[in-house]
Amino acid sequence: MAKKPQPATRKPAAPKASPKKAIKSASKSANVTPKIEMANITKSFDGKAVLKGVNLTVNPKESLVIIGTSGCGKSVTLKCLLGLITPDGGSIKIDGQEMLGAGREAMEDMRKRFGMTFQFGALFDSMPIWENVTFRLRQQQKMSKAEARELATNTITQLGLAPHVIDQYPAELSGGMQKRVALARAIADKPEVLLFDEPTSGLDPITGGVIDRLIVDAVKRLGATALTISHDMASVRRIADKVAMVHQGVIIWSGPVSKMDKSGIPEVDQFVHGLSTGPLTQAAKAEAKAG
Amino acid sequence: MGFLQNIGRTTLSFLAAIGRLSLFTLAAVRWTFQPPFYFRQLLRQMIDIGYYSLPVVGLTTLFSGMVLALQSYTGFARFSAEDTVATVVVLSVTRELGPVLAGLMVAGRIGASMAAEIGTMRVTDQIDALDTLSTRPMQYLVAPRLLAGTICLPFLVLVGDLIGVLGGYIVGVYRLGFNASVYLSRTLEYLEISDVTLGLLKAAVFGFLIALMGCYHGYYSGRGAEGVGRATTNAVVSSSILILISNYLVTALFFG
Repeated sequence: MAKKPQPATRKPAAPKASPKKAIKSASKSANVTPKIEMANITKSFDGKAVLKGVNLTVNPKESLVIIGTSGCGKSVTLKCLLGLITPDGGSIKIDGQEMLGAGREAMEDMRKRFGMTFQFGALFDSMPIWENVTFRLRQQQKMSKAEARELATNTITQLGLAPHVIDQYPAELSGGMQKRVALARAIADKPEVLLFDEPTSGLDPITGGVIDRLIVDAVKRLGATALTISHDMASVRRIADKVAMVHQGVIIWSGPVSKMDKSGIPEVDQFVHGLSTGPLTQAAKAEAKAG
Repeated sequence: MGFLQNIGRTTLSFLAAIGRLSLFTLAAVRWTFQPPFYFRQLLRQMIDIGYYSLPVVGLTTLFSGMVLALQSYTGFARFSAEDTVATVVVLSVTRELGPVLAGLMVAGRIGASMAAEIGTMRVTDQIDALDTLSTRPMQYLVAPRLLAGTICLPFLVLVGDLIGVLGGYIVGVYRLGFNASVYLSRTLEYLEISDVTLGLLKAAVFGFLIALMGCYHGYYSGRGAEGVGRATTNAVVSSSILILISNYLVTALFFG
């Protein structure tokens, strides 16, 4: 019999269903300050609760992938982390420093250590590729045009793009090329944390695989911590050290990617194996019925 | 009950919109005067607003000056006051027609394009991307547009005034048979510097309002193509209405 999704306040019975505790104990045992620590994050839009108490910990140099069905709150979690959306409650710590309520300046300083790619690239379509890739460096560090072009060329060639692409505009590139440019922009100034919002969405499986490999390479090369949102399970297996599943605004399971197939939670099983029937389908139907 | 609920809901959403617009305006003005300053963005906007709007403003004021000369001649001829045509044309163009027509034309051209550009950036996450790249959207997108609008419109109107008066001159001299030097002397005889400066002041206010409405509606654009389309329409309509309202207010303020 299928289990019902766990509400935010419910205490999971089994240790494997207690991600916060599991992750915290893992980080304690490693004796490291987590790079990212989100505790009991809540967020509502127009009275509708989207996040009902998200708990998430990512250790330094770890690659965590958040999975979950569409509309479950994955992107909102990421935007809360970056301060693009202000959570209603909870705590967000980066390197042990509380960011919620820390003020705009602190948040902006924090963002300088982050690189992010958006689901649809979010490249600036009024700028050529070299300006897109070096945007932050040009704005913050007043990098010269010649230096910027050289850096952009080096970065995009590392990601398998031809050097002449730097003078093209985003609209002239294919979806896969735009994803590479977005990745180049995210890694150009060597951030400590990389965030990827559905990096392979809209790509064919082969290009998706290439993008995944580039992400893994970039994260390793930079020694960065990575937090990715995805519902592409092939991609998840390629890039994740650890996986967390969000369902109905809470994290219902978190653990190493190797244990994802044996989580013992019906929702996770259905999602991971792409089954058309199960508790997620029932929950979606109930939600649609409730309007 | 439903009727009252609708009134209440509409009132609340109207007040919320006013509050949001006020906060947006305050933030935009504040960031306009705080570093870093994006001079390249400012220059780009000034070229777009000032230079590329010249043809449409020039044509509008040219034909308005021409038709004003014709119409005022028709009217004034009924009580033998034809020789005041040049004065009427220059005062009407500098005090009213130049700023208002240029404002409405620029609202259609620039207000719409600002709302569409910023709205598209909102819809495609480019504004969030700016934030993640440590650049404040208010400073990078809104402040240069506000400044460019406020600076450029007076220059546009000044050029528009000259072209409008030229239009009146062409009709007066070549169609209505006025003596060229008499027409010119009548044009300058009753014109005061305050007539021109009032028009330029209005233009600065209109430029600010056009840019503000374009940026505001784009910044809070709804999702998808429909949202951007609605933002564009709202930007043009609201800036046109605000131009007409503020035109009266500024005129009343300096009346006399």
